[in-house]
Amino acid sequence: MTGAVPGPDLLRGLTSARVSRRGLLAGGGAAALAALLTGCSIKGSAAAGAEDTVDWAAFWKDAKATGTLNFANWPLYIDSDHGKSESLALFKKETGIAVDYQAVIQDNATFYATVSPILRAHGATGYDLVVMTNGFELTQMIKNGFVCELDHSRLPNFAANASDSVKDPIYDPGNKHSVVWQTGFTGLAYNPKYTGRKITSLKDLQDPAFKGRIGLMSDNTELGSLGLLALGIDPETSTPADWRKAQAWLRELRPSVTGFYDQSYINRLENGDTWITQAWSGDVFQAQQSGFPDLEFVTPEEGQMTWHDNMLIPRQAENPVSALEWMNFYYTPKIAGIVEDWVNYVCPVPAAEDYVRDELDDATVADSPLVFPSADVLEQSHEFRVFENYDEYSEWNGIFNAVVQS
Amino acid sequence: MSAIGVAPGLGPGGPGGSAGPAPVRRGRRRSTPFFLALVGTAYLCVFFVIPLVSGLIVSLMTGNPDDGYTFTWNFGIYGSLFVDPQVPYLTFLLRSLWYGAAATIACIVVGYPVAYFIAFRVSPRWKNPLLMLVFISFLVSFIIRTDMWAFVLASQGPVVTFLQGVGLAGKDFHILGTGGAVIFGDAYNDLAFMVLPIYAALERIDPRLGEAANDLYAGKFRAFWHTTLPLSRSGIFAGVLLVFIDSVGDPVNSALLGGTNTYTIGQAIQDAYSGNQQYNVAAALSTVLMVVLGIILFIYARVSGTDDLEDLV
Repeated sequence: MTGAVPGPDLLRGLTSARVSRRGLLAGGGAAALAALLTGCSIKGSAAAGAEDTVDWAAFWKDAKATGTLNFANWPLYIDSDHGKSESLALFKKETGIAVDYQAVIQDNATFYATVSPILRAHGATGYDLVVMTNGFELTQMIKNGFVCELDHSRLPNFAANASDSVKDPIYDPGNKHSVVWQTGFTGLAYNPKYTGRKITSLKDLQDPAFKGRIGLMSDNTELGSLGLLALGIDPETSTPADWRKAQAWLRELRPSVTGFYDQSYINRLENGDTWITQAWSGDVFQAQQSGFPDLEFVTPEEGQMTWHDNMLIPRQAENPVSALEWMNFYYTPKIAGIVEDWVNYVCPVPAAEDYVRDELDDATVADSPLVFPSADVLEQSHEFRVFENYDEYSEWNGIFNAVVQS
Repeated sequence: MSAIGVAPGLGPGGPGGSAGPAPVRRGRRRSTPFFLALVGTAYLCVFFVIPLVSGLIVSLMTGNPDDGYTFTWNFGIYGSLFVDPQVPYLTFLLRSLWYGAAATIACIVVGYPVAYFIAFRVSPRWKNPLLMLVFISFLVSFIIRTDMWAFVLASQGPVVTFLQGVGLAGKDFHILGTGGAVIFGDAYNDLAFMVLPIYAALERIDPRLGEAANDLYAGKFRAFWHTTLPLSRSGIFAGVLLVFIDSVGDPVNSALLGGTNTYTIGQAIQDAYSGNQQYNVAAALSTVLMVVLGIILFIYARVSGTDDLEDLV
């Protein structure tokens, strides 16, 4: 190793005409190493992107129907009776397609970090259908050409049955690449036993009586959106200047906050560590059904966020036709109802409400405003900001990371 | 110090067989050590040098996940992370070092008596079952183990309720979400790494040394202080290495048991790498952490004067 450090001998050797063998070797080695290093790089997502344009009409015309479907989804996100899913079984019965259902997605960033290098190298992820939340990673998947464009002529059920709230979303105009699997709301949840009063507004978080009992989400997008809503700013159209204002609001709130949580926030609420917490509607509904009937979910006066988990077909999927088939199959009142009766988020098929009440005989779910929300709840719900590019996303991240990390 | 030299001499057997190998040709004899070192060198290269160097290289890259990262000799990143940064990484580093040190001390305080008890106060047939009990918690997944403590230490959990019940804690008292909870988690998860090496060191001590100390009018405490403790020093050293390194870099305990002001360098590295895909930042933070740990442990090794590294395991 010492040979690589240019000592006086080496310097003289390199500058004078007489080059010693050792000096030549060391100098050459150093130069080669430097050249090797500058060649080092990690490819970006954009590299693979737009270079190839695909004729999607031809793609779908040529695509062959197969008997399998590899479906990657989040944990506890499909109907399940002792590990068997009725909806998947019905799919198999009707179409002959066997589904290999894998609950492998824990969060968007990590999943994207796992599959994007493969997709960038035009490799197959092994999944024909993946579910991702609308956010920067989903935008990247679409922008970089990592997902297939959908053939809507094969999705008649989507056109007929999908709620208007999931059609033509801002993050994927015309549902060109995605259809919604579940929608959910991010509002507030609280335990009236501890708060001793009704919580109606994000301003209630600032009540000194709740100091040290407030839970917020560690997810930057959720956290920042809450700050923006609190200031009466619509996150969807917010500007970096607004983000800084929201950061200041959140920083002021910080001393009252017990923690910034991932999925575990719901346990903290159940345990009484937090009294009021930022919360996802489906979790609260499930908690109410499983031993915590006191918990309340509220849509704050200032509004709430709505997010969508979307089904996407990754490029190089082996069974794209099966994936499309499943999307169409899902968008019926029956199948959406079966899934919804178990999952309890917001159903993208409004007509499933009657199926759940009449056929599945489950009025609790059918009547729940959290699962089949009324029009004015939808009115109060806002969409996330869609980031145009990495710099914008990075600015948002930097601003709201600084609230969580300190 | 000299006690260490005494121990092997008293032990049974001793280093016999110094007759030396049969004479072989000189050239071969000279090259043999190099051949023997080959496996070790290859091992070090593959599992240590290559990852280390590639980490260094990545840390000197610039770019973003969108456009990719290219190598640009960007040494400036090291300064930018600690001098007037957007995110206070120095705070996280110092906090992690404090958590690690506290967890290590807690492990010594709790682990030494356990190891001592098993080594000297228990009949031989109970030793193995008791050692099993020390690491039986490893049969449960690390995450689950830690998450269970989140329930136990919760505000409505048994610990806090009990403390409030007997009047030792006020209404607003909580454990979960504090630095104390994180230190507790670190210490709990690493206790076996302290107990086992100390046990191994204590087990090697000839009990007659203690008797000799007593014969020389040393009381129980002095006998312990002047013979047992110095002789188990290598075990403590190994335990400190294992516990300290593991605790300082750990992202899990602070994430599951911590709160708003317990963010550690391990979490920062994890979030930079898999959350924000800032590979260069993650690599630079890892490198800094490694260098800082290296310096601290080097100083510790020099101060504690452990020169018999082969005794460590």
